[in-house]
Amino acid sequence: MLRLQKLTKTYKTGDQALKAIDLDVPKGQVLALIGPSGAGKSTMIRCINRLVEPTSGAVLLEDVDLTGLGSGALRKARREMGMIFQEYALVERLTVMENVLSGRLGYVGFWRSFLRRYPQPDVDEAFRLLDRVGLLHMADKRADELSGGQRQRVGICRALIQNPKLLLVDEPTASLDPKTSRQIMRLITELCQERGLAAIINIHDVALAQMFVPRVVGLRFGEIVYDGLPTGLTPDKLTEIYGEEDWEATIEKVEEEQEEIEAAE
Amino acid sequence: MSDVTLDQMLGKSWRKPAFVKNAALRWTLIVGFVVYLIAAYLTIEVDWGRVYVGLDRGWAFVLAFTSPDFTSRWSDIWSGLLESIVMTVAASVVGIAISIPIGLGAARNIAPLPVYMICRGIVAISRALQEIIVAILLVAIFGFGPLAGFLTLSFATIGFLSKLLAEDIEAMDRVQAEAIKASGARWTQWINYGVQPQVMPRLVGLSIYRIDINFRESAILGLVGAGGIGATLNTAFDRYEYDTAAAILLLIIGIVMALEYLSGIVRARVQ
Amino acid sequence: MPVLARGDAQIWRRRTARESLTRAFGWLLGLAVFAVCWLMISAKTTWFFVFDAPRIAGDIWTRATPPRWEYITQLGRPIWDTLNIATLGTLIALCLAVPVAFLAARNTTPSALFIRPVALLIIVSTRSINSLIWALLLIAIIGPGVFAGVIAIAIRSIGFCAKLLYEAIEEIDQTQVEAITATGASRWQVMAYGIVPQILPAFAGIAVFRWDINIRESTVLGLVGAGGIGLQLSASLNVLAWPQVSLILIVILVAVVISEWVSAKVRGAII
Repeated sequence: MLRLQKLTKTYKTGDQALKAIDLDVPKGQVLALIGPSGAGKSTMIRCINRLVEPTSGAVLLEDVDLTGLGSGALRKARREMGMIFQEYALVERLTVMENVLSGRLGYVGFWRSFLRRYPQPDVDEAFRLLDRVGLLHMADKRADELSGGQRQRVGICRALIQNPKLLLVDEPTASLDPKTSRQIMRLITELCQERGLAAIINIHDVALAQMFVPRVVGLRFGEIVYDGLPTGLTPDKLTEIYGEEDWEATIEKVEEEQEEIEAAE
Repeated sequence: MSDVTLDQMLGKSWRKPAFVKNAALRWTLIVGFVVYLIAAYLTIEVDWGRVYVGLDRGWAFVLAFTSPDFTSRWSDIWSGLLESIVMTVAASVVGIAISIPIGLGAARNIAPLPVYMICRGIVAISRALQEIIVAILLVAIFGFGPLAGFLTLSFATIGFLSKLLAEDIEAMDRVQAEAIKASGARWTQWINYGVQPQVMPRLVGLSIYRIDINFRESAILGLVGAGGIGATLNTAFDRYEYDTAAAILLLIIGIVMALEYLSGIVRARVQ
Repeated sequence: MPVLARGDAQIWRRRTARESLTRAFGWLLGLAVFAVCWLMISAKTTWFFVFDAPRIAGDIWTRATPPRWEYITQLGRPIWDTLNIATLGTLIALCLAVPVAFLAARNTTPSALFIRPVALLIIVSTRSINSLIWALLLIAIIGPGVFAGVIAIAIRSIGFCAKLLYEAIEEIDQTQVEAITATGASRWQVMAYGIVPQILPAFAGIAVFRWDINIRESTVLGLVGAGGIGLQLSASLNVLAWPQVSLILIVILVAVVISEWVSAKVRGAII
């Protein structure tokens, strides 16, 4: 469904963030993108919806090349891709409801959105999503009154109300505590399953990725160095991705944690 | 409201909650504002014929900016400008020197109550009186000339700087100051080691900003006879010598820009 | 922080000898500049009047007290005009300042090479020139009256408001803008949802802050003929009607205090 072909990004400073990335994401697949900071994870996600302009290569979403689109067509393409951000990126002075409805901006005209008169189906869908993530009673609260986990749930609603085919998730758990991180990851993977969404989750916590995701892609210096099952991430592989470190402890911990979770569920 | 269920909400339209919750108050404010605007508009008498005639002159003035005349009244411009600069420098030095003790006195966390009240009083008076009004009174008392302007600017500087300095001291990190006090320092030592390092960068920044303001203000004091470039400018307007007026305005803008650039550099260096 | 070796003992000094020397020289130079400025001011001062000042001040004080209270009946209209000049001037300035600020902010300007410098030039030139000078200029162009005052206040406030506003725009959280862009929103929608909510509190603060300043400035615009209570002040000064002058000054002080109170209240409600 999503295909990256020789995707390259060179910044003006000369730094090559992405070096001819080839990647294929089939419909409904959730994959995790791991790698050290500066490996190009964020750049790759932002190149897909062109928040960052790729230097060369192609991004094919259902066989349409996004890199060549004009601004109007790009807006239409962006509606197909929901994005979830690291620091939630909610518009803090707007209410929860406005933040969720802002996911519909690509569908409604300017004056309608300016006067906050969204079509009733959109409003209903917003209520349904808020109910799904357990925040219905917060609808008229201002976004900056919410806790981190709650804000990220609103961020998820905003991405889902776009009715996307693909979710681009940029470090969803980086600013959250371990427990909330797991809840958020579980929520994202569950929602993807419910709706048959593909997702690219950019995450630095290897253990968390292994826990929830069927496919892991490892990025190092803008190149894919691993693509496969989470169980295939051996210490050698992790060393290749992140550099020298004692990885046994991490992996053992993951296994333990997985058992714990299985026991709990 | 935690017991709302999805079924209750579905199908209901959604409105953004209003900024002013009370509907009656909200409408009173809106209607009141509109009524005020209409009333204000109606009471302004605009002689559109006069405005129309004036547009030509306005255009002539705009054109004058393309060919400002620095030369024909250069000696007037130069003496006025020099006087403005002199007033600015002298008033800034004196004003800053006086506002430091008053600023210390107006900070509640380091000054005793009687001193605090007196210093706050001085600040309040200085801030409430418009520079130009002070200048009128001082010209009446001390006669025409730059002395009145110098005193006016010094007085205004005190109100501005002392207030901001006092607020800065009140907002400073108390732990650092307490650490110095705990070492057995005297009051003066405490101020020197515990307070001064914390507020110094901002004080320097504000002082330079105030020099900038003082120069701008010095340009109008001449209108009431308190010296500076303002008198020259006023004469130029009276004689409809737009090219000379344009030259003076360009000089003022240029100096203000230079001062702002300078203050940017200094502030970057002290912080 | 150098440590000097002097014989056997090591002595700690805060600065090296060269640094101390440079600093001493700097202070000396500053002092010399100040002395020169002071001499120039004193040369233009008639010291006879200055020594006579306490007597003159006392004389004015006895003439000005008590204020002529019944004169207040004639001040209603000038106060209304003053309020209108400040309020309408602020409103017009805000309408013009918003687009200028968006054109001047690095992250929203359509062209950093051509449009941004023009916007910055508008900001600097309107800001460096006092509203009294703008009033002088406008009176020469469109004739005396309240209208000239409104426009003068408006022009002076454009630069002030636009500068603070564009700084606020440059400080917004860019990820919120990114998030709105990623939904497929159009340029104007990104503006309305991503940028405007973030700068709204700053905008309201600036508006009220400037309105407060404009009340002060519009009280003196009448001195050059641009309407408001300053007209009465200037008329009373011209005929040396000191009891009226003192009453007008009291009225201005009250107006300033009220406007400061209102602006503090409104700012508190918004933020």
